[in-house]
Order: sequence, then C-alpha cells, then structure tokens
Amino acid sequence: MSNSSTLVSVENLRFLRGNRVIYDDINLTIEKGKITAIMGPSGIGKTTLMKLIGGQLKPDSGDIRYAGDSIPQMSRRELYKTRKKMSMLFQSGALFTDISVFDNVAFALREHTKLDEDIIRTLVYLKLEAVGLRGAADLMPSELSGGMARRAALARAIALDPELIMYDEPFAGQDPISMGVLVKLIKALSSALDLTSIVVTHDVSEVLDIADYVYILANQKIIGEGTPSQIKASDSELVQQFLLGEADGPVPFHFPADDLFNTLLGTAQQGVKK
Amino acid sequence: MNYLQSIGYNTLNALTGFGRALLMLVGAIIAVPQRKNIRLTVHQIYVVGVQSLLIIMVSGLFIGMVMALQGYTILVNYGAEGSLGPMVALSLLRELGPVVTALLFAGRAGSALTAEIGLMKATEQLSSLEMMAVDPLRRIIAPRFWAGVIAMPMLALIFSAIGILGGHLVGVDWLGVDAGSYWSIMQATVEWDKDVVNGIIKSFVFAVVVTWIAIFKGYDAIPTSEGISQATTQTVVYSSLAVLGLDFVLTALMFGIN
Amino acid sequence: MTTRKTELLVGIFVVLTLAAGLLLALNVANQGMSGSDQSYTLYAKFDNIGGLKPRSAVKVGGVTVGRVESIYLDQDDFTPVVVLSISEQYNNFPDTSSVAILTSGLLGEQYIGFQPGFAFDDPVVLTDGDFISDTKSALVLEDLIGQFLFSRDSN
Repeated sequence: MSNSSTLVSVENLRFLRGNRVIYDDINLTIEKGKITAIMGPSGIGKTTLMKLIGGQLKPDSGDIRYAGDSIPQMSRRELYKTRKKMSMLFQSGALFTDISVFDNVAFALREHTKLDEDIIRTLVYLKLEAVGLRGAADLMPSELSGGMARRAALARAIALDPELIMYDEPFAGQDPISMGVLVKLIKALSSALDLTSIVVTHDVSEVLDIADYVYILANQKIIGEGTPSQIKASDSELVQQFLLGEADGPVPFHFPADDLFNTLLGTAQQGVKK
Repeated sequence: MNYLQSIGYNTLNALTGFGRALLMLVGAIIAVPQRKNIRLTVHQIYVVGVQSLLIIMVSGLFIGMVMALQGYTILVNYGAEGSLGPMVALSLLRELGPVVTALLFAGRAGSALTAEIGLMKATEQLSSLEMMAVDPLRRIIAPRFWAGVIAMPMLALIFSAIGILGGHLVGVDWLGVDAGSYWSIMQATVEWDKDVVNGIIKSFVFAVVVTWIAIFKGYDAIPTSEGISQATTQTVVYSSLAVLGLDFVLTALMFGIN
Repeated sequence: MTTRKTELLVGIFVVLTLAAGLLLALNVANQGMSGSDQSYTLYAKFDNIGGLKPRSAVKVGGVTVGRVESIYLDQDDFTPVVVLSISEQYNNFPDTSSVAILTSGLLGEQYIGFQPGFAFDDPVVLTDGDFISDTKSALVLEDLIGQFLFSRDSN
C-alpha cells in the first residue's frame, strides 16, 4: 500500500490504555492532498489516533510512518522537526488564553521563524482573512464564540503552511451555520493549499460531503473503509448502524455487563462482549 | 493481604510520582537559555513576584508589629526591652521571613501556578504546543520554575526588612523603646553571613521546593475540573508540609550544630 | 503581553529587594560600614572572657569606639587573646589605658569597657598591633560566689 502518494501510514497498530485495548491491529493510509475522514462512535479513542500520529503517544506495537519515516522511533529532535510539518486542530480550539487572537496565530511564526514583525503581521492577517476573522484579531480568545474560536485555531493551525492538518471533531457542538462555515473552510483549505487533511468526527452527513476516503472505527478495529459512495452502499450492519444512527445494533446500546444483569433486564445477548 | 497490597501499590505510586516530577524538572531546566526565555521568565517574575508583593509586605509589617508587641511585654519584665531589636530581627531573618514567605507564596502564587498549568493541560494548550513543535517543558514550565526560584528569596528579604521596620514602629514609636538601642543592639547581635545569608539560603531551598511542587502538580493534574481543584489543594498542603519539615532540617544544619 | 509595564514593575521589584538588602546589610547587620571605616588593631589578654563574642562593642564611657574583631587562645600560655578593631579617629589613647569586660544590664550583652589611662608628660600612644597589658576579666558568677564564701569563712 505504501507508495509515493501516501503521506501517513498506520501499520498493525496496537495501543492499550492501562489494560484496556483501544486499538487492536489496525491499518490505515492517508493519501497526500486528500481529505480522509475517520469516523466512529464517541469514546473509541479517535483523538488518541491523532496523538499517536503526532508522536505524543507511543503505540504498544505496530508502526506509524510519516512520509516513510517511523514516528515512534524518531529522536526528539527529528520528531519536533516533523511536527513543524503537521498541524492539529483540537476539539476545544486550544487557543492560548492569555494572548490575543493575533498573537495566537503569530505564535508559531515567531517561535519557528526569524521573520520581521512586518512580514508576520502580513501573514497573520492573510491567515485570519482566510477564516474570516481579520476583524477579530485584537480580541482575546475568551471573547470569541465557540465557532469563532475554532476558526481562529484553524488560522493558527495553518500559520506555518503545514503538509498535514488533523481536525479533531471540528463540528462537535457547532450550530448549523458555523458547521457549514467549517465544512466549507476545510474543503477550501484542502484544495487551495494542497493540504492533506485527516478529519476525525462522528458527524456523518457533513463529512461524507467533503471526504475523499472514509474509515469507520468501532470495537477497536476498522469496520469499514472506502470512498463516501462505497461506504453509503456498504452492506455491513455495523456501518449502516453508524450511518443511520440507530440506537441498538452491532454496536450495543448497553455498556458491556454480566449475564445476570442482562437477564434481569430481559435484554438480548447480542453484542455483549464476552 | 489486601492491606499489604495497597501499601505496595501506594509506595509504587509515590515513587513513580517522584520519578515523573524529577524527569519533568530535568526536561525543563536542562536547556540552553534563550533570549526569548529570559523575557518569558521576567514576565513570570511579574506574575509570581510582583503580584505577591502586596500580601508579603502587609504580612511582614503585621508580623513585625506583633512580634514587637509580644516581645516587649515579656522582655520588659526583665528590664531587657533593649533586646527587642535583636529579638525581632533574628526571628524574622532566621525563621519567619523565609518560612512565612514560603507559606504565603504557596498559597498565593503556588496554587495559581498549579491551576494555570492544569487548565492549560485540560484545555489542550499543552498538547497544542507540543504539536506546534514547541516543548511545553521549556516554554511553559521552565520560565515559571526560574521565576519562582528567583522571586521567593527576594520576597523573603523584603518581608524581613518590612517586619523589622514594623517592629520599630511598635517597639520604638509606640511603646517607647529607645531607638538607639533598638538598632545598635540589633547591629551588635545580627551577623551578616550567619543570620542574613542563612536566611536567604533557606528561602532559596523553599523556593525550589514550593515552585517545583506547584508546577508538577499542575503538569501532572488529571485534566478535569475536579482533578485541578484536587491538584491545587495538594500544592498548598504538600508545599506547606515540605517547607515546615525542611525548615527543621535546615535550622538544625545551620544553627543547631556549632 | 504588555511587556513594558511588566518589565517596569519587575524592575521596581528588584529595586525594592535591593533596598531591603541594603537595610539589612547596613542598619541591621551593620555590614560594610566597619569594613570601609579606617581602623587599627589592638590586642588584649584576659584570664577569662566570659560571654564576650566577636563584633561585641568596645566602649569608652559609653561611646562605641570599635568592635571585637576576633578571639583566640594563645598557644603558649593558654589565655584568651581578644583582637580589638578601633576606629582610626580615636588614635591617641595612652599606653597606660586599661580594658575590662563589662555587662550591659543584668541580662545584657557583654562588651569591652575601655578606660583611657592618664597621659603624663611624655605620653606613649597605643598604635596598631600593640598589646594592652592592664586588663580586667569578665566576672564569672561561680568565682564570685566562691570569693564570697571564702571571705566569709576567713572572717
């Protein structure tokens, strides 16, 4: 699968948190210049996957390659060098609350480049213009609404013109308008800057519109993959349950419990993990 | 059996905690100082030092005044109220200055450091820094550590000086101890290297311990509101205990054995 | 970051600390003054120095003229030697002067009482490094009691 158009490849990844298995032997590849969506129910560790790609966590076994180089085996220096080429949009935005929106966007530029303050100013305003927040440059993060904070964080994420940008739940908790704005932005940035994007989400309809390729994660494994149309046509019960948002199905409504508990409630045995 | 198990479990937890704390500190302070970091440190000195100045000065003034009042009522019985000066000065320089400053610092600046860093962790700002290829240990932790270590001995010096002036205010201006004897007997008794310098050394040790506990508790906090409130409480409790315990050890080393 | 204001306030903080340090150094510990002041050294041998300590005052009629620099034991006759540092402005004490270890108040500090001798026609002045021969040791309570009992017995 590894060829020149692959930017990130995850190979036989296994990751445990404590004794709990988060990922059990998963494989996925992220194509250059494409938008790859990773979907799945809440709490299955989609954020963890991004932290693994960013090298903030180390897998228990398996490998993650960025442009062919193994991330878990990188030295600190190499890892920091690689991280300058990637960027991550956190769920909360993670703006630095003690500095203004302008300084937030300028942060990475000031930190990693020796550009003049004039050039930084120009760049920052260009990035803010791209997300439609040029007028909010002097506001503090606490003065922004949730959607604006996420857009500001997006401007910060693209400040250094990264190759790869990872969006952690970009649509969670957004009103329909902000959601529409974000969808448009992700799509526009991806095509305009030739960015490789990974979108982790559980908002099915939004992401199917913009994604080039989709992976669906559940029960520690990849349960479905393909282009949006392939996914929609999938005959897997699991995939269909997820797409249609059914309460019960292969992904159980009930948290795993012992048999007696189930019996008392009179629920079916299906889907309960042994 | 369960009881034994829990002892072993807690011991291991404590040991790994120490290990993580040390690794964090080493990762933070073993770095080439950069111009940028010096400016960040100055900013943090403002946050932990300048902003603690008022409470330190007011407390120092009152403690000096109370000591003069208490000391006078005892010393006057022996006609030794002339020794009020050295009594106030020595207790402040050797004990109260460093210790009370450290306790106030833990409550005022230490808890704020823990909460700030804990919140940065909870709101993913630390992760975000890491993903921007900026080491949070060097960018966030190191300036705060150095600022605490620099600011606290400064605060302790100011505390002692204000306390001695407060003692003067009550002892001399109010109770009528002779100003000349207040200062001259103090001067004859207080030794620069033994009393003043040892006090500064004490304060420096407290500064390292309190600041270290505060930033580690924030850095290691469970990133929830409950976790941060717990970490903040632990900062104040642990640093107060550490300061008082270390104070005994340091006093024994400095003044106990001649 | 409002850097300028912050830096100014931190600067004020540093100045305050220096002021506090200066107060402690000059007014509390009286460091530095003695060093910069011109002084000369005299020696005095005592049988017993009692509670005398380095930095104790040397007074003439209540006026402080110097301080005890150090105290050591003479290795030949095992008597304590007190090194006195006397301010240069009092440089004309005759060599017939005497010193005694006195106590200020009942529980006070011990200090050296310097009693200038009479100046005759041809006064010899004490200069740097001289020994003062006429000394009176500190009073030790046990000795006093012993003397008292002895003198009562002999009556």
